[in-house]
Amino acid sequence: MRPHLLVDFGSTYTKLTAVDLDDEEIIGTSRAMTTVKTDVLEGFNQAMEKLQNAHPEMGEIEGVSACSSAAGGLKMAAIGLVEELTAEAAKRACLGAGALVEEVYTFRLGKKEIKQLKNKPIDIILLAGGTDGGNSDVIIHNAKKLAEASLDVPIIVAGNKDAADEIDAIFSAATLEYHIVDNVMPKLKKLNVDPAKKIIRKIFIDKIIEAKGIKQAEEKTGQIIMPTPESVLMAAELLSKGHEDEVGFGELMVVDIGGATTDVHTIGEGYPKRTEVILKGLQEPFAKRTVEGDLGMRYSANALVGLVSPYEFQQYYDYEDKDYSEAQIEQSVEKRQENVDYLPESDEEKAFDQALARICADYSMSRHVGTVEVVYTPLGNMYYQTGKDLTDIKYVIGTGGVLINQPNSKEILREVNKKSNKKLELRPSDAEFLIDEHYIMAAMGLLSQKHPRLALKLLKRHLK
Amino acid sequence: MILFHVKTLESEMIGLHTVVIGVIGADVHAVGNKIIDHVLREHGFNVVNIGVLSSQEDFINAAIETDAEAVMVSSLYGHGEMDCKHMKENMIEAGLGHVKLYVGGNIVVGKQAFKSVEERFKKMGFDRVYPPGSDIEKAVEDLKKDLG
Repeated sequence: MRPHLLVDFGSTYTKLTAVDLDDEEIIGTSRAMTTVKTDVLEGFNQAMEKLQNAHPEMGEIEGVSACSSAAGGLKMAAIGLVEELTAEAAKRACLGAGALVEEVYTFRLGKKEIKQLKNKPIDIILLAGGTDGGNSDVIIHNAKKLAEASLDVPIIVAGNKDAADEIDAIFSAATLEYHIVDNVMPKLKKLNVDPAKKIIRKIFIDKIIEAKGIKQAEEKTGQIIMPTPESVLMAAELLSKGHEDEVGFGELMVVDIGGATTDVHTIGEGYPKRTEVILKGLQEPFAKRTVEGDLGMRYSANALVGLVSPYEFQQYYDYEDKDYSEAQIEQSVEKRQENVDYLPESDEEKAFDQALARICADYSMSRHVGTVEVVYTPLGNMYYQTGKDLTDIKYVIGTGGVLINQPNSKEILREVNKKSNKKLELRPSDAEFLIDEHYIMAAMGLLSQKHPRLALKLLKRHLK
Repeated sequence: MILFHVKTLESEMIGLHTVVIGVIGADVHAVGNKIIDHVLREHGFNVVNIGVLSSQEDFINAAIETDAEAVMVSSLYGHGEMDCKHMKENMIEAGLGHVKLYVGGNIVVGKQAFKSVEERFKKMGFDRVYPPGSDIEKAVEDLKKDLG
């Protein structure tokens, strides 16, 4: 037996997955509360003890890989020029790197924005603006403002290459930590997020881990190599593409409903399926992630029910014909928000959780998928498509506590499907649903760094 | 292939003028758009082609990000006058008042005397207006003159 340990320091739980590299099987999993406020190793040691007690045969661990979304995850601010273009490209780079995008700013930064940046717990700022050879005034103005503000936050510059030298001079004079990389949108509507993503990960490893008090975990786990959402995205990408002669699943989607956010990842081009459809807007990343900060089962339960009227809520709620009044909904939500590790016991409370999860799945899908719009032209009807067409997606994989712990989790996932009242949204129409029963997505993303073939095999075996 | 490469280098050396081109409104005529794209590139312009079915907003956003010096609007289907309404005002609003604005094609409904069409579009703030069947080389000459 050659056990390899995969560790995910989550916002609530520290999760361990042990994999046997010889037998190519999962040995076991365990979890304990994340203890970032005291010593993050406490939670890790507890989980480790549980794992060793359950699997005394395991013996010595041969290797460890870890990811983290503890202590608020990776929080970023994205700055661009036009909202739909470089600002959106910058935002997508942040999301693809596994960050939470706290703020998106466009055009020239003013006092108000700088004040917000100072007051918010931002870990990294991504500064973009202008295509290569395009507008450089605004990004230079913004660089000056950031330099004047002397923020103690690393800044990544990924904008117009013509402005790079001037920004270099501004930032080096201000002795800031900064990194200049290739433009996130070098040509109009062309997305180039990989260089920015790479440097985000590097800063995360070098700096953020330490700032968040998770660094001491590294003596046990070795380097924490990425934010957790990025490893989920990597697992999804591996499962979709396959590895060498081991074929993948093709186009797929992962819906991760958590306590604070709902993340949706899709792997696939999502190009228009018909000739009369014309693609509009910024190029979509092949591996796309969106994060909804107002769609979560606990921390953001209040924001979540605020999105629907009590009548609409009833459409998602299914328990013995019971009608919920507005006050009752508020009460149930409060309970969850105040007590974030609350686990429902009665059937009624379970049904309430299911309703919340359904809203998460439905709304996150509306915001993730592309839409079509009809244009009446003298040559007949044409259609604009903005975003990805995901109608043909083959698999939808559900993960996150609520989906894993529910007996009818596939029922919840079905909310992502095409809907008669949301006809213009390009949602999945005939996908197969799989559940990440053992909570291994993030772990397999980590494992894929060194053992992609094994990670792929285990994913294929354990997603059901 | 080699010829093409040399041309690109040459145009990079003389310093590029960026021009945004596209077909406005619910208009899908793509052929003229491709020709304009090709000819402008041949003449060493940095062409940002936003293609067919483009709104005023698409032109404006593209011009902001690419720091364009001119915007060239095409329209073939007869509704250009409606699609171009307030375009100049919108560009001024977006800080693009200095950007040259050209329009050309079948830009009005039916057959109308070009002189009156030109007058109307110039009143709307367009710097150059081209009748149906204009030679694109003419527009290139004007561009070179206007952009210096």
